[in-house]
Amino acid sequence: MQYMLLFHQPAGELERTPNDPASADYWETWRAYMSAIYSAGIVTSGNVLQPPSTATTVRFRDGQREVLDGLFAETKEMLGGYLIIDVPSLDEALTWAARSPSSSTGSTEVRPIALLESA
Amino acid sequence: MQYMLLFHQPATELERTLDDPASADYWESWYAYMSTIYDAGIVTSGHGLQPPATATTVRFRNGQREVFAGPFAETQEMLGGYVIIEVPSLDDALTWAARSPSSSTGSTEVRPVALLEAA
Amino acid sequence: MHPQHETEAAYQRAAFVARESYGRLVAYLATRWGDLAAAEDALSAAFVAALERWPRTGVPERPESWLLTVARRKLVDSARHAALRDRPEIVAALGDAALDQSAPPPALPDERIRLMLVCAHPAIDAKIRPALILQAVLGLEAKGMASAFLVSAETMTKRLVRAKAKIRAAGLRFEEPTASDMPGRLHALLEAIYAAYFLGREGAVSDGDVHDQLRDEALYLARVVATALPTAAEALGFLALLTFCEARRLAQINTAGAFVPLLEQDAGTWDVALMREGYLLLERAVAQGEIGPFQLEAAIQAAHCYRARSGTVPWGEITLLYQALVTRYPTIGSRVGCAVATAHAEGDPSNGLAMLNAIDPEAVRTYQPFWVALWHLHTMRGDNTQARSCLLRALSLTTHPRLQAYLRTRLRLYDHSAAGEEPGNGAL
Repeated sequence: MQYMLLFHQPAGELERTPNDPASADYWETWRAYMSAIYSAGIVTSGNVLQPPSTATTVRFRDGQREVLDGLFAETKEMLGGYLIIDVPSLDEALTWAARSPSSSTGSTEVRPIALLESA
Repeated sequence: MQYMLLFHQPATELERTLDDPASADYWESWYAYMSTIYDAGIVTSGHGLQPPATATTVRFRNGQREVFAGPFAETQEMLGGYVIIEVPSLDDALTWAARSPSSSTGSTEVRPVALLEAA
Repeated sequence: MHPQHETEAAYQRAAFVARESYGRLVAYLATRWGDLAAAEDALSAAFVAALERWPRTGVPERPESWLLTVARRKLVDSARHAALRDRPEIVAALGDAALDQSAPPPALPDERIRLMLVCAHPAIDAKIRPALILQAVLGLEAKGMASAFLVSAETMTKRLVRAKAKIRAAGLRFEEPTASDMPGRLHALLEAIYAAYFLGREGAVSDGDVHDQLRDEALYLARVVATALPTAAEALGFLALLTFCEARRLAQINTAGAFVPLLEQDAGTWDVALMREGYLLLERAVAQGEIGPFQLEAAIQAAHCYRARSGTVPWGEITLLYQALVTRYPTIGSRVGCAVATAHAEGDPSNGLAMLNAIDPEAVRTYQPFWVALWHLHTMRGDNTQARSCLLRALSLTTHPRLQAYLRTRLRLYDHSAAGEEPGNGAL
């Protein structure tokens, strides 16, 4: 089965930059996690997102396009990235989710993919 | 540039089933949108997700795995699916976002993908 | 035979099989198909088919196998139908591979424990687990359970449907959990059964057949779990706990129909046979050498039952057991119990009150047992003003009519306390 792992991270964490020496450990834990999960051969696709401050939200109401700066909802934890993985059951997906650095500082959501691809 | 379009939809909409005759228009509008955007050759990947009720959220605290039934946050609008698109600029991404059915009933969030791929 | 007799015989036989084997049949189908809702639907259809057919053809020699065969055919048919509509290409892959088509086994294996453990998975909302288990294993209907769980029938139905949809859609596996997951899952399962038992028991204090049934079914499930996992210390300890509670159940309502709190009950009326069974179960549990919260709770209840023999409550032992419970498995309930036991053991409520006051007020704002305990300890201290206000708070949080009536009679005593009566000596 395919699952999407959504990495919800504290807002402060998402503003970290790759070349900040104080963030070296942070990036290292992510690198270690990503290499482990990719090596397991279960990742279908995945992306890291730019920080929430770069987000733009669009609504379409009464024939008008409304563009808002920022996320559609400001919460304490926000989506920092995701992976699509293919594993036999929810239990394996939860095991991988628990190992994610986001589970230690924020939370990792596990959502099954709909059978029909969005295409 | 690569952008993630996050389709945030009203919770009730996400409970619609494929075989419900009352939802035929709903599915038709998504089908039309997805065909157009895939035909444009800009989609890198994308998935529809199972409804939020099927989500499970994991946290890891004090060496303990905590598993919660449900999405990480219950909000009025929730993630129903996403696509990653490759377009020249944010404006193109916003144009595609505005055309999504989710922009008419909920909202579509546009987030640039980080340069470093997750791998 | 007269056709009407045939019909009646078929109904009786079907009802008998339903009662004895419903959960086993659901478990057998669901664990192989991975879809609880579909398994239940297929089994219902098989029962309908049986009632239509058995009056004409006679009841088959092995009714369970007959039902299983029909239900399996329905499962495969409906899946094929769905697959044809959505994805023709997977029809080929489906068929016999998805569900073993060989003849059902002569003796139906008891896989209800696997079914229950899936229902107690952390990915399933804890609130719905008790009802989900009762429905999956015993076929209890949402409508019947709703009132006991204090929700509308519609809400109950919706939650059950949603939980089953999640089992299917989220890919929960109907296999025994791994050794490392097992303790947590078993505990969640026992907690769900405990919740059902207590809803039933508290409900029984305020009457009602639904509640009595719920209590009976929860007890039955506890036995099923202890039988399926004969070396699981907590499963045995849990059954011991319920057995001690059962031994005293009838004593909590007096001949006038009024509620009697534990310490005021006549220990001579407790069920000796059940208490003995409880002790034996607890011994077996402890012999497994794996301590757990339900064993400690059972030991506390065992200590209370000791009063039937000795005439006194061994508060010192009870305090020690609560301390172990609070240290290893801290919950609000165990901290409240520990405070009360400490006050009794020391014959002085000071430390107990300090323990109650150390609990986060937000966590106990609506927790009725906390206010009962606080009332009790303030009474021990002789502070009637504080005691009365805690009693009022407890009363406002009590929903069961018999308990309300009991607390009201206690409250009335404060208004006559000039007469010198002791208003607060009845801790629950």
